[in-house]
Amino acid sequence: MRKKTVSTVATATVLAMAMSACSSTPNNGGTNAPTPEFNAAVGKIYYESDYKGGTLKFAISEDWDSVDPGDTYYGLSWNLVRLYARSLVMYRPAPGPAGLELVPDLAESLGEVSDDGLTWTYRLREGVKFEDGTPITSKDVKYAVMRAIDTTGTLQNGVGIQGGYLQAILDLPDGDYGPYAAPGQDVSAITTPDDRTIVFHLKQPFSGFDYIAMLPLTAPVPESADDGVNYKTHVVSSGPYKFESYNAGVGFTLVRNENWDPATDPNRKALPDRYEIRLGVAADDIDNQIASGDLDVDLAGTGVQSAMLAQVLDENNPLHARADNPGSARQWYTSIIGRTAPLDNVHCRRAILYAYDRTGYQTAYGGPLAGGDISTQALVPPIPGYQKFDLYPAGPDNTGDLDKARQELAECGHPNGFDITIAYRSDRPKEQAVAESLQQSLARVGINLTLLGHPTSGYFSSFTDEFIREHNIGLATNGWAADWNDGYGFLGAIVDSRLIGPGSSNLGVNDPSIDALIDQALLEPDLDKRTAIWSEIDRKVMEGAFIVPGVWSKAVTLRSKNAANVFVHEAFGQYDYMAMSVAPPA
Amino acid sequence: MVVVSMITFAIFFLVPRLAGQTPELMAARYVGPRARSDQYHEVAERLGFFDPIHVQYWHWLKAIFVGMEFNYGNGVEHCPAPCFGYSYLRSTPVWPDLLERVPVTASLAIGAAVIWVLFGVSTGVISALRRGSIFDRVSMGTALAGVSLPIFFTGLMTLVIFSYGHPFRITAPGSSYTPFTENPAEWAYDLILPWITLAFLFAAAYARLTRAGMLETMHEDFIRTARAKGLAERAVVLKHGLRAALTPIVTIFGLDLGLLLGGAVLTESTFSLPGLGKYAVDAVMRQDFPQVMGVTMFATFFIVVANLVVDILYAVVDPRVRVG
Repeated sequence: MRKKTVSTVATATVLAMAMSACSSTPNNGGTNAPTPEFNAAVGKIYYESDYKGGTLKFAISEDWDSVDPGDTYYGLSWNLVRLYARSLVMYRPAPGPAGLELVPDLAESLGEVSDDGLTWTYRLREGVKFEDGTPITSKDVKYAVMRAIDTTGTLQNGVGIQGGYLQAILDLPDGDYGPYAAPGQDVSAITTPDDRTIVFHLKQPFSGFDYIAMLPLTAPVPESADDGVNYKTHVVSSGPYKFESYNAGVGFTLVRNENWDPATDPNRKALPDRYEIRLGVAADDIDNQIASGDLDVDLAGTGVQSAMLAQVLDENNPLHARADNPGSARQWYTSIIGRTAPLDNVHCRRAILYAYDRTGYQTAYGGPLAGGDISTQALVPPIPGYQKFDLYPAGPDNTGDLDKARQELAECGHPNGFDITIAYRSDRPKEQAVAESLQQSLARVGINLTLLGHPTSGYFSSFTDEFIREHNIGLATNGWAADWNDGYGFLGAIVDSRLIGPGSSNLGVNDPSIDALIDQALLEPDLDKRTAIWSEIDRKVMEGAFIVPGVWSKAVTLRSKNAANVFVHEAFGQYDYMAMSVAPPA
Repeated sequence: MVVVSMITFAIFFLVPRLAGQTPELMAARYVGPRARSDQYHEVAERLGFFDPIHVQYWHWLKAIFVGMEFNYGNGVEHCPAPCFGYSYLRSTPVWPDLLERVPVTASLAIGAAVIWVLFGVSTGVISALRRGSIFDRVSMGTALAGVSLPIFFTGLMTLVIFSYGHPFRITAPGSSYTPFTENPAEWAYDLILPWITLAFLFAAAYARLTRAGMLETMHEDFIRTARAKGLAERAVVLKHGLRAALTPIVTIFGLDLGLLLGGAVLTESTFSLPGLGKYAVDAVMRQDFPQVMGVTMFATFFIVVANLVVDILYAVVDPRVRVG
C-alpha cells in the first residue's frame, strides 16, 4: 500500500511538471526589447514596434459604470472605449503634451464654427461602417447623442453627467427630449442635412465645442440595436474591435471588427488581435500578475497597491525599472465654505492657507510618488494655462508659516483662532487622514476642527444650507479630475459660483468676477487668449483663498512585461490602452 | 424557506430603517453621487420604498413566483419569474446573474469535495490503522495546519509558489476560469489551485474526524466478531469499520457541500473566481441590496436541500435509521 501511495505521488508530480512545461510562456518581450527603466513610458513611447497580433490582457478589481459609450463617465472607460467606438473627435494618441491635441476621428476635420459661433458642423469620413457592414450616417450620431441626454435619465451617466455640458449649451426644447422620453420627436438642436453632415445648434457660443465632440456619447449607435440601458450588453462597434462576448460583472473579450477600414482611420494602428478584459480580480492579484507577466494592464490606472508599492519603490528591485509615475489632471483639495462665519472674511480663509501643513496633506495621500506633488493653486500641470505660483509660502519645509497665519487671524478679528467643522468622505481613508492632518496643523494657531464623516454616496448633495449651518461646516475635503484637459473641462464645474448648491462639486468658490471671466472664456475663440483667462481665474481662486490646495495626483503604475508601444496618455493620466500592442515574440 | 425569506427580508428592509435610514437615503444609493435631493424622493417613490412593510414584503415574495415589472427610467423593465430582485445599480435582474455563476461555484465545490474526501478519509483511515507511526504524526500535524490556516493565507501562498511566473507552474494565474463544456482540460488547469486550497482546509478536518471515528470503531465488539469470523482485514476495515465511522462524515459532508454551493466566499475572492461567493462580496461592497438578498436566498436554498439529502443518506449509510 505504501508503495502504491509513493507511485501515485510520483505520477502526480510528473503530470504537474508536464503541465508546467506546456504552460510556461516566453515573457522576455522579444529580441529588440529596450532595457526597461523608471518612467520610460512617461513623455515618450516605451518599445516602439509594428508587430501585429497577440492578445492583450486587462483586469480591474471592480466593475465600472458601463461599456456603453453614452453611459460612462470613467476616464479608464473613455480610454478603453476607443477600441470599439469612434467619436467625432479624439485626442491624438501620442505621448507628452501632443496627446492633449484634438484630432478628427469619425469626422473628416475638427468642427467648423459659424461666424456667430452658434452652429458647429462636422462631416463624417467616407466609408465608415458599423460591425455588421451597415454604413454609419450622421443620423446614427444624432441618435447616439440624443439617447445619452434623454430626459428620462435611462442612461444614468449620460444625462446631466457626460451629457451635462451639451445640455447646457445645446438649443434643446423645454421639457422632455430624447428617444425614450419623447419618441418620434425631431429636435432641431441637432440637424443632419445629409448622411454625412451633422450640425449642432447652440443657444450661446461655446468656443471649446470640439471637446464635446470628443465625448464618447458622440460615437454612433444604430437605433435598431438600442434597447436603453441594456445596450451595454451588445454594443455595436464602429471601431477596429468588436465584442466577442460580454459577461456582466465577469469580463468581456474584443476581437477584430472586419468591417473597420484602416483607410478611414489615421489614428488607430489596431495591432493586437484580441483583448481579454476581466472584472472583479483581487487588486493584489492584479499587481502580482502584471509583475509576473500573466497580465498586461490594471485598467483602473490608479496605481499599484501598498504591498507592491514597497517593492516597486525599492531601486534595487528589478520591478523598479518597470514602473512609471504619471500625473493625471486631478487634484485632491479641500473646499473652504465661506458661508460659514468667520470664513466669510478672506483673512480668516488666508489664515488657514498659511497655517496648514502641506507635507501632512501629501503624506495623507501616500507621499510624493504614490500620492502626488504638493499643489499650491487650483489648476494642475496637465491643463493648458497652468503657471506655477504660490501666494501663501509655507516656509522652507512646507509645513506652514504660523506667524503669517496669526497675522491674518488678527486681521480677521479672531487672533486666538476659531472653531469649525471639516466634512470628509468617511469611506475614503485618505480623506480622513487629510481631515486629521488639517486638524493637527491648524490647531497650532488655534483653529480647532471637529471631524464629520459622511459616506461618498450622497456626499455632495448633502451640502444644503441647513446642513452646513447645523454642523458649522467650514471645510470639506474634495477632489476633481478634468472632464477634458482645458480650463473649462477642469475648472468649469468647481469655480463657478452660480453652480453652488446641493449636488454641486463647487462647495465654496464664490466670486462674481470669476463667473464673469468664465463667461468671457467661453466666448473667446482664440485659444491663447482663452488659456490666459483660465490662468487668471486660477490666480483669483487663490487670491480669494477659496480652496486649500492638496496634491496634484500621481500614481505608481507597473508596465507590462509583454507589451510594446507603451506610453502614458496625458489626457487620461493612464497608459494609452488603444495604442498599446503585444511585443514581438522572441 | 418561508422563515428564511422573512428573515432575509427583515435584515435588509427593517434593520436599515431601525438604524435611521430613510427611504430617501436608501434611494440615494441608486441615483448616483451627483443627484439632487428632490430626485431621491422621486426615485424612492418609484421603487416603492414608502409602502408599508408588509406590502413591500409581499411584492418581493410575489416576484419570486410570478415575476415583477419595475418602473425604471426607460419605460418598464420586466423581471421574469423567478425574480430574486432587480439590481437598480446594474439595471439587471438578479436571477440570470445567479444562474451564470452557479457553474463556477459548483465546479469549485464539487472538485474540491472529491479531493478532500479522497485524501481526508484515506489519510484518516491509514492514520487510525497505524496509530503512532510517523505517517500518523506527520499527517495529523499537517491536518492541524490545514484546519488552522485561513484560506486567504494558503491561497496567496499557493499562488506565489505555484502560479505567478514560476518555472514549475502547475496552474493558471488567479481569476482564470474556463467552463467545463468549453474545454475540460483547461477547466481543470484553471481550477486546480483553488481546489487544492479549499480541499486542504476541509481534508484536514475530515482526516481528523475519520481517524477519531475509526479508532473508536475498530475497538468495537463487532469488529472483533468480524475478525473472528475469519474475514480478510481489508473487508473488516472497509466494510465494517469505515462504514460505521462514516455516519458523522456524511452529515458534515452534506452540510459543507451545501454551504460551499452557496458560495465559497474566501476562496473565490482570493482567486478572483466569478462564482456566487464573489458575487455576494461584490454586492455587499457596492451595497447592492437586491443582489445581496438574491444571493442569500439562493445560498439558503442549497443549505436546506443539503440538509434534506443528508437525512436521506443516513438511511443508506446506517441501517438503524431506516423506518420499519
